[in-house]
Amino acid sequence: MTGTAHTAGAVAAASFALPALGFALGPIFEHNVIRWETVGTVDEFTDDNYVPTVLTVTPGIGEAGKTTVYMRKHNPEIDTDVYDRNTPYVAISDRCVHLGCPVRWVSAAERFICPCHGGVYDLLGKPVAGPPVRPLDRFYTRVTGENVEVGPRFSVNSQLRRFSPRDPGEPLDGIGQYFYPSRPDARK
Amino acid sequence: MPKLPKLPAPPLPGPLQEPPPRPSENGKAGPFDEAKQAGIATVAWVDERTSLSGAARWMMFRKVPKGTNWFYTLGSATMFAFLSQAVTGVFLAMYYRPEANGGAYESIRYITNDVFLGQFVRGMHKWGASVMVVLVFVHMGRTFFFGAYKYPRELNWVIGVVLLILTMAMSFTGYLLPFDERAYWATIVGVNINGTGPLIGPYLSDFLRGGSEIGATTLSRFYAIHMLLIPGLLAALIGAHLYLVAKLGTTAPPWKKSHTRSEMRETEI
Repeated sequence: MTGTAHTAGAVAAASFALPALGFALGPIFEHNVIRWETVGTVDEFTDDNYVPTVLTVTPGIGEAGKTTVYMRKHNPEIDTDVYDRNTPYVAISDRCVHLGCPVRWVSAAERFICPCHGGVYDLLGKPVAGPPVRPLDRFYTRVTGENVEVGPRFSVNSQLRRFSPRDPGEPLDGIGQYFYPSRPDARK
Repeated sequence: MPKLPKLPAPPLPGPLQEPPPRPSENGKAGPFDEAKQAGIATVAWVDERTSLSGAARWMMFRKVPKGTNWFYTLGSATMFAFLSQAVTGVFLAMYYRPEANGGAYESIRYITNDVFLGQFVRGMHKWGASVMVVLVFVHMGRTFFFGAYKYPRELNWVIGVVLLILTMAMSFTGYLLPFDERAYWATIVGVNINGTGPLIGPYLSDFLRGGSEIGATTLSRFYAIHMLLIPGLLAALIGAHLYLVAKLGTTAPPWKKSHTRSEMRETEI
């Protein structure tokens, strides 16, 4: 009798607790929809300076869902990362990889500078000063006709090797890539 | 012959005693007396069925050690800060809308500028939050420096630490709700600080945001945590905290020396 009562109690408690828990944890495992958004035309971007463009990362919530992307045409003389059909343009996210504040491109200094805790990045988005732990995130780009489109985000390590997107503050060199696993839906 | 003092009558066994006259039998209780007794009668009616007066006496009429001073009121002060937050929060929830597409900010603007006493009640909640955090830390400092965390009160210290963490979680989740620039960027930084924890950090960030980016889910999630989840936990743990205070009693301040055995003997003689 006692065992049956305890089992019945456990089943009853689990029947509302487990769905509620899954409901709250669900977004962790949700798949991100891949969205491509036109940010400008081919002749708007040069290969030696960045142009700020606005990208919508979360639709439906107005200004809060937008972010800034710095656009530049891929330049084989400066850029050391892999050039393929996914990156005809260098699209650098303004999200500081220290704690997520918005960096701005200061073209006179050729540096990205973060206003919060003094993070500084060079032309390629690699950290040169302050607390950032890896280079700035980037976005995949493609050209459709005359339009330049920006797609999903990806993160890079200090050699500009591509990784699935990580949150700020998570290093991707050495043991860091194992300490900070990517989102479950981003695993290959 | 000297007059002997009159001895009291020997006590009769219960069943043989005359029952005391009931108020209705002596014929003197008019409506005025009834009215005077109404309050007591109501309390007595409840107490007869619940025995709550014993619990109230146990809670309120306790022995306190010599040297108890104003520092001992910091816990009550923190609790009243919490009650103030709860009451003002309930009334703010009557006007607030957790909509990320501008509705949240607009409802806060409406509370601040248009609702009668809205700015005052919102101000109470906003400044009261800081007051509560400060009081929690001062109360914790008092407990530490008076040595009041020692045996047998360790469990109460642990509950207090959980209450401190929950208070900080309230501060963090409440900060996003106005959904202005400050709220937005402070939450981004706060969530990313969470994410720097190895192994579980990234999952914790996704749980807090309700996805990979801050959005409408984040706001409603923070709203539910702020006004439903944590307040219930806080109220329950404050109850446990208070129960242990009443059960174990408070400590004397450290500068009050306890009597030595020889001193006690002297006072007894």
